[in-house]
Amino acid sequence: MSSFLWFVVERRAELGRLTIEHLAMSALATLAAALIGLPLGILLTRRPRWAPPALGLANVLQTIPSLALFGLLIPLPLVGGIGPRPAILALILYAVLPMVRNTYDGIRGVDPTLREAAEALGLTPMERLRFVEIPLALPVILGGVRLAAVLSVGTATIAAAVGAGGLGTYVLRGISTLDTRLVLAGAVPAALLAVFVDAALGRLARSDRPRRAGLILLVAAALLALTLFGPGPRSPRIVVGSKNFTESVLLGEIVAGVLEARGLEVERRLNLGGAWLCHSALLSGDLDVYVEYSGTALMDIFKGPKQTDRDAVLARVRAEYEKIGLRALSALGYENNFALVIRKQDADRFELSRISDLARVQSQFRAGMFGEFLERADGFPGLARAYVLRFAHSPAEMDLGLLYQALESGQIDLAVGSTTDGLIAAKGFVVLEDDRSYFPPYDALPVARQAALAQHPALGEAMDMLAGRIDAATMRRLNFEVDGRKRNPRDVARDYLATLLPRASP
Amino acid sequence: MTGANPGKRSARARKIGAVNALVDLQDVTKRFGAGPLILDHVSMPVEEGSILALLGASGSGKTTALRLINRLAQPDHGRVIVLGRSVNEWDVVELRRRIGYVIQEGGLFPHFTVERNVGLVPERMGVSPARVRQRVYELLELVGLEPKDSMGRFPRELSGGQRQRVGLARALAADPPLLLFDEPFGALDPITRRRLQEEFRGLVRRLSKTAIIVTHDLAEACRVADEIVVLHEGRVAQRAAPKELLAGPASGYVAAFVAASLPE
Repeated sequence: MSSFLWFVVERRAELGRLTIEHLAMSALATLAAALIGLPLGILLTRRPRWAPPALGLANVLQTIPSLALFGLLIPLPLVGGIGPRPAILALILYAVLPMVRNTYDGIRGVDPTLREAAEALGLTPMERLRFVEIPLALPVILGGVRLAAVLSVGTATIAAAVGAGGLGTYVLRGISTLDTRLVLAGAVPAALLAVFVDAALGRLARSDRPRRAGLILLVAAALLALTLFGPGPRSPRIVVGSKNFTESVLLGEIVAGVLEARGLEVERRLNLGGAWLCHSALLSGDLDVYVEYSGTALMDIFKGPKQTDRDAVLARVRAEYEKIGLRALSALGYENNFALVIRKQDADRFELSRISDLARVQSQFRAGMFGEFLERADGFPGLARAYVLRFAHSPAEMDLGLLYQALESGQIDLAVGSTTDGLIAAKGFVVLEDDRSYFPPYDALPVARQAALAQHPALGEAMDMLAGRIDAATMRRLNFEVDGRKRNPRDVARDYLATLLPRASP
Repeated sequence: MTGANPGKRSARARKIGAVNALVDLQDVTKRFGAGPLILDHVSMPVEEGSILALLGASGSGKTTALRLINRLAQPDHGRVIVLGRSVNEWDVVELRRRIGYVIQEGGLFPHFTVERNVGLVPERMGVSPARVRQRVYELLELVGLEPKDSMGRFPRELSGGQRQRVGLARALAADPPLLLFDEPFGALDPITRRRLQEEFRGLVRRLSKTAIIVTHDLAEACRVADEIVVLHEGRVAQRAAPKELLAGPASGYVAAFVAASLPE
């Protein structure tokens, strides 16, 4: 416990910044949703015929899982991309429903006798709304605002997956690096924030001077929201991305570190949810550089036919990137192939060494894999076809970071990981050989925007320092520093670069 | 205020045969959706300065007739004339500010103090805050409430009778020539009811208002009204002064209604 506290205290500056970011996103989303939702709810009470379709639509919006909604927003122009923009838009879409519904229900729920009394007094429709309907519906309307605010604080945690920042950053980083302390350092403050926001708005609803209390809260929310529009670091920064697993984050930190060593200003947008997200962000200009894998680019991004020759794949991918305004830089030198990983005792007991051996145990084995692998062109469906595998249970889908824990504890018997995972050796796991050459090669391959390379000549030069410099053993060791030793990826990257750069600098 | 258009009005007055009709329902028919006829060719002129009771059982159409007058409902057929003009020719807000409306329990706004409830309409009509306050004060005195004591209270802090008085004060706030009462005393205990009935009648008389009161209580109608219209299944069963009604019911239904209302 005390070590956890120390862990938090050490990170107080970053934690404070993330908390402010988190609150600001939630506040802006709640304000915007109120600006849309409250008038819309009122409008619907004047046009009851529109209410069912409008409320139905808002309901449907709310049932879209938040990650899916972020995903849907990314390719959109203006509002899309990565960062706080799509996140806030998604939060608004979620928060609008409770606002509209409570406003509509609240006003519809006003005692018809009073509504009629107001009418008979000769109050105009606007006066009836202002003096009778809204004040009487206010407790219900405020309930909607409160619900929307708490919902926003909760959902904003997911926003880190699209690089929006906030406390979810810790949660995602913690999950991808198997670091429970980090998960807690993000999740606990996020939960406390939700409780705090709920209590604050609850107090407002019971306040003796609701106008003043409301005004104070409004100003506070607006000020918070303004921090998002603060003097953004518009200096020419290079935005470095990564996917949401340890190795990718490490590579992001290594790339960022190399660029910083060349005196370039770097912004990190690490832990983005998947290859497609990173690729879209490159195309939209939200990212300047990240490290992809050649096989993933070949099959998943460019939907090409499978090839197994390492150089051929690199050449093909390089050509494809050129066509769309991106550039594949020099490969880092190692491959990170998919690995089907089992426990040592199973390997011995069932004499398993090749993937095709799995046919003997498929009726008893339970496989676990990360969601992307279930979908990818080079993923599970093709693997099962190539090796005629039919497991008794459908594969369990879990986060990359959790797979080895599940394998170790026996919840699954087969994990789909990668050959450079630091935990494979550390936990004494066995990698099965791809004896039918199902997987294409996966060279670690930095990809950058051509425009960014033209704008910052130093970017290309700095990246060349990494060309061919990392081998699989090194990467496995670095991964283990993070996954096994629970070290911060940035520290691990820095230590690594300290050994690399003196030799590399001219 | 009432003589808005004397030439036009007298022309119409000749047609309907009631010289000083402040309110006139002319051959009015009303039904809701595909339901039964609520009002079936009802004609009912109401003389200026008189107090008329609309008496009938539930579903007789009496409340609907009242709501046609301040345009809370629209007739399917026929015309409703108020202050010399068809209600549809009036600006609806203006029309309603000339008609005070009092319902059971007063229909007070629970989130407003007594002062705000009574003063809201004058305030919206642009009267200065000081004069609104003055007006509220006078109105509360008029309806028999201690202004200082009651102005700052909320409706839930008042008794039923007090709420009814505030409801009347609110209806009087814009000094309308016409007052409509919909079962105003229904929720009160017999003693309070009786006292309020008398006070209300006295007040309406003193202020020279025209009033229409909807009730199902024959005794109440007799006590407050100059004239009673008995409605039965959407039609006027009889129209007469209270004494005539008691003495000579025009139909079997009216006779039964009278008989049922009298003590054994």
